[in-house]
Amino acid sequence: MPDEIVLGTKKGTLIFDRTPSGWTPRPIAHGGMSISYAARDPRDGTLWVAMDLAHWGPKLSRSKDDGATWENLTQIAYPRGARFIEQHLPTPGQDASQRPTTYKEATLLKVWVLAFGGASQPGVIHAGTLPGGLFTSRDGGDTWELNLPLWNHASRGGDLFAGDATSRNDWGGTPAAMAYGEFVPGIHSVVVDPRNPDHLLVGVSSAGVLGTSDGGKTWHGRNKGMLNDYLPNPEADWGHDPHFVAQSAGAPDFVWQQNHCGVFTSSDGAKTWKRVSKQDVAVHFGFPIAVDAKDGRVAWVVPAIGDDRRMAVGGGLFVARTTDGGESWQALRKGLPQQNAYDVVYRHALDAEGDRVCFGSTTGNVYVSEDRGESWRCIGNNLPPVHSVRFA
Amino acid sequence: MAHVTFTPHLQRFFPTLAACDIDGPTVRAVIDELERRYPGFASYVVDEAGRLRRHVNIFVGDEPIYDRETLGDALGPSTPVFIVQALSGG
Repeated sequence: MPDEIVLGTKKGTLIFDRTPSGWTPRPIAHGGMSISYAARDPRDGTLWVAMDLAHWGPKLSRSKDDGATWENLTQIAYPRGARFIEQHLPTPGQDASQRPTTYKEATLLKVWVLAFGGASQPGVIHAGTLPGGLFTSRDGGDTWELNLPLWNHASRGGDLFAGDATSRNDWGGTPAAMAYGEFVPGIHSVVVDPRNPDHLLVGVSSAGVLGTSDGGKTWHGRNKGMLNDYLPNPEADWGHDPHFVAQSAGAPDFVWQQNHCGVFTSSDGAKTWKRVSKQDVAVHFGFPIAVDAKDGRVAWVVPAIGDDRRMAVGGGLFVARTTDGGESWQALRKGLPQQNAYDVVYRHALDAEGDRVCFGSTTGNVYVSEDRGESWRCIGNNLPPVHSVRFA
Repeated sequence: MAHVTFTPHLQRFFPTLAACDIDGPTVRAVIDELERRYPGFASYVVDEAGRLRRHVNIFVGDEPIYDRETLGDALGPSTPVFIVQALSGG
């Protein structure tokens, strides 16, 4: 059972330790800095933090001594010539089809998520970024390389290093990028298959899920069965907006995602998806999803009113759990506020490990369950807005 | 020769950073030299395309630099250069 929770918050990195007297916070690290993601590499224990510095840009920080000291790293950088097709927010009265294709040189706006390679790949770390690049380090984070086959994918216009677009761009922007003055896509989920770490899935806002089975040399869309209620053709290949994609470590064929249009599950490694949310029990819209490490039919979400409000449902906070692959959902409320609650939980701010489940909210509340969600205890309610929660 | 000063906020990342004199014809040359002296420094001030970060300012004398794209602003002898985070509101 994990005895540590690592939080990435708007004001720094917080680590809670499970002590005999309960979950106890350490002094904050990176105080005052916005942390978009924080986690511990299970292979060697290194703590990793993606900093989102308002003035000085996105930076990585790591600690090899359990947080006693931190080392700021060489910046992830897009290579010269990495371009993308510019997108524009729809403008009333303007015919988008008449707009000429324009290109922009990519620069790193944000490291949105970090994912660690398999046990057989020491030193391999993946980083999902805005504006939509997947970077991989093979030397423990000292150097990083943009995955070119994904960057040059036909769904993004093809190889723009070589020249102008040879295909249509089907990757949309994410509002999460607007804070950086851009409307670009972002990779927020990188799933490494524990059976074969060359099998990866990435979740892209907003395009959908893509997968590789050759270590990133070739990528294919994995959106069959997805439904997008915001498109004329809900079953389109692209245009989906997964909020987070998670895989069961012990049953990796079970993959889940939460998005605007419901909760979707796959039992064949994301080859096909099925919508399993239930609007009548308010399980439909939300950001995070966590999957049980042993039983791939067990998943947790923190529903919100979607999509125009993004608030707690009925002013009361609850976690919904399924134990049967989404056939049914149980609302778990014991220990959670049931009135005057305005908490929303971001995409990386829910995690489950063994019997423990934890989430942190935009209003700085962190709740832990030690009985798979049946009951909850608040371990901090004056914290900064929580961006990520990971057991370690 | 530019006389370069910094916001103290940058010392959080570069504890030995201190005001210094740097020979260079342009602001770009100053940043390049600072990167040589303090590896990693440039990425805090400019992005990987070499553009000044959105919320960073560099003043030459009393004026913010004009060329935020390539930092080509020329430096005269004994020019004060001040590198600071921008007050972008909020």
